[in-house]
Amino acid sequence: MTVSIFVDKNTKVITQGITGATGLFHTKQALEYGTKVVGGVNPNKGGTEIEGIPVFHTVEEAVEATGANASVIYVPPAFAADAIMEAIDAELDLVVCITEGIPVLDMVKVKRYLEGKKTRLIGPNCPGIITPGECKIGIMPGYIHKPGPVGIVSRSGTLTYEAVHQLTTRGIGQSTAVGIGGDPVLGTNFIDCLKAFNEDPETKAVVMIGEIGGTAEEEAAEWIKQNMTKPVVGFIGGQTAPPGKRMGHAGAVISGGKGTAAEKIATLKRCGIRVAPTPAVIGETLVELLEEKGILNEFIS
Amino acid sequence: MNVHEYQGKQVLKQYGVTVPNGGVAFSPDEAVEVAKGLQGDLYVVKAQIHAGGRGKAGGVKLAKSLDEVRTYASELLGKVLVTHQTGPEGKEVKRLLIEEGCPIEKEYYIGVVIDRSTNRVVMMGSEEGGTEIEEVAAKNPEKIIKEVIDPAVGMMPFQAMRLAHKINIPKDKRREAVKFMLGLYQAFVDKDCSLAEINPLVTTTDGRVMALDAKLNFDANALYRHPEILEMRDLDEEDPKEIEASKYDLSYVALDGNIGCMVNGAGLAMATMDIIKHYNGEPANFLDVGGGATTEKVTEAFKIILSDPKVEGIFVNIFGGIMKCDVIANGVVEAAKQVGLDRPLVVRLEGTNVELGKQILNESGLEIIAADSMADGAKKIVELVK
Repeated sequence: MTVSIFVDKNTKVITQGITGATGLFHTKQALEYGTKVVGGVNPNKGGTEIEGIPVFHTVEEAVEATGANASVIYVPPAFAADAIMEAIDAELDLVVCITEGIPVLDMVKVKRYLEGKKTRLIGPNCPGIITPGECKIGIMPGYIHKPGPVGIVSRSGTLTYEAVHQLTTRGIGQSTAVGIGGDPVLGTNFIDCLKAFNEDPETKAVVMIGEIGGTAEEEAAEWIKQNMTKPVVGFIGGQTAPPGKRMGHAGAVISGGKGTAAEKIATLKRCGIRVAPTPAVIGETLVELLEEKGILNEFIS
Repeated sequence: MNVHEYQGKQVLKQYGVTVPNGGVAFSPDEAVEVAKGLQGDLYVVKAQIHAGGRGKAGGVKLAKSLDEVRTYASELLGKVLVTHQTGPEGKEVKRLLIEEGCPIEKEYYIGVVIDRSTNRVVMMGSEEGGTEIEEVAAKNPEKIIKEVIDPAVGMMPFQAMRLAHKINIPKDKRREAVKFMLGLYQAFVDKDCSLAEINPLVTTTDGRVMALDAKLNFDANALYRHPEILEMRDLDEEDPKEIEASKYDLSYVALDGNIGCMVNGAGLAMATMDIIKHYNGEPANFLDVGGGATTEKVTEAFKIILSDPKVEGIFVNIFGGIMKCDVIANGVVEAAKQVGLDRPLVVRLEGTNVELGKQILNESGLEIIAADSMADGAKKIVELVK
């Protein structure tokens, strides 16, 4: 019985790029949270140990020795696509790439390489994934989360923390929170996560946080309209963003008049999704919706 | 990163893509010099700015003699061009491209993008050349033909031939068109472009297929492996505050309002602009200090915000995850001390080490207005700059 999507207390994780400052810091944080971190990879430091974690030369070797089924990648952008493909080749179930700044044509190749393989890639340029109380893979602050029934999927990191915080302070916990990342080419999209949340018996409602650029939110909204059996609250960032400018995320850009927040919000509403008017009321909007449905009590613990 | 038309054409030429003969000029004398080296007696004088719509704004002139080249060059250099892409303030012309005129038969459109739905490079073509592709997409979407390219093998000749056929390039010029498209695709992937637009691509009565205009954008994340492209960066075309921010690896976009924002995380930064607007304020900028910012980086970010004379108040909105609140607080205090805080400052801190952060701000002796939440902070700063 799962109470989450993609990761749970049995997920065994290795860190690619464990010897870098960021990789090591977040690996320690993950261990403290209770994640089963079983190894690390560095092509020059195999056979050593760092913070009590064995380091291997290759992902293949790490998987053989530890039985890991997931990896998290903190290697620098110039080498990240290669690291992802190494992890896919080692047939891991899940690869989470935190690295920001990977050339987009490298990711086009990675997506091609993923075809026909068993691996799910989350990211890149994402905060990672957390199933509160069980497994944290990534850079999100663990302590703001609380186990519970709300699934969260988002293109943004800090905005996800904001939403999680708003839920937790209202006594509403989360089943899993997935940051899919802010790049134009991503391993996992909204629909992949929505499908998983729809099938997960313990997820009872979903918060979807999108932003300007591309049409992923519109496609997700159409999917929700056709398939989703659980209430969904949405938010779209970038209503005031000017066209043609990248707003931090490589994927957050309005180009050729396409990908505006107004367009996305209109589609979400048309597809029956309750849209939070400001980022400060994402939690409140979910509470309202659940109250209207008379099921708020099932969510608060 | 954007480059000028003449720079884009230089890149394309290396890949066998035909472009008109020509060269760049920074003065009327240079313009005449370039023209002297060209064939024929028809010259095109084109203003080089990083914006489309130059033709309609009077930035492209046809000269019938060297004297006319000089006249038009003198006229255009230093002129402020206002196009639909420059904003009302326009852009000053500092460079010209002088090219040979050519006998145009018909105009087409060719564009290359990274398509986010298929996660592939897509080449688009249309026989409606010369008009904006967005316009064609809105009115006659069936006139835009797409070829989705498999990155494992690259663009295949049959795809280029099919595209040339579907956009009705005359049979006798298809071989040339195929060579053009394959070269364009190769340039796109070799140089890590994020967009390439040839509008128009023209066929000429003397049998050529060439790029009359060229707009190339390059993926900023890939510039580390293309120093030759990075050299083409024209700082005159960028906002000075954005240049300063990029030195410190800060993500900054200048806007028109009067409320400066400093936020961690791109999503939250965008959302902060939105909530300011929601409470009837106007954000002056987008600024993401990033997840791993140091006190020094925060200090620089704060200085950049304060350097904008339009800014009448500042809203710092931090959800500290990795970014600890005390680091932000130290940066704010440090910057305020260095440059002098002469405008209202509202700070909302939440997350890791929040109490320590608040304490640093309280004990700084600076006039800082604390906010309990994002909404509270936005309301307060909007009220203060009224």
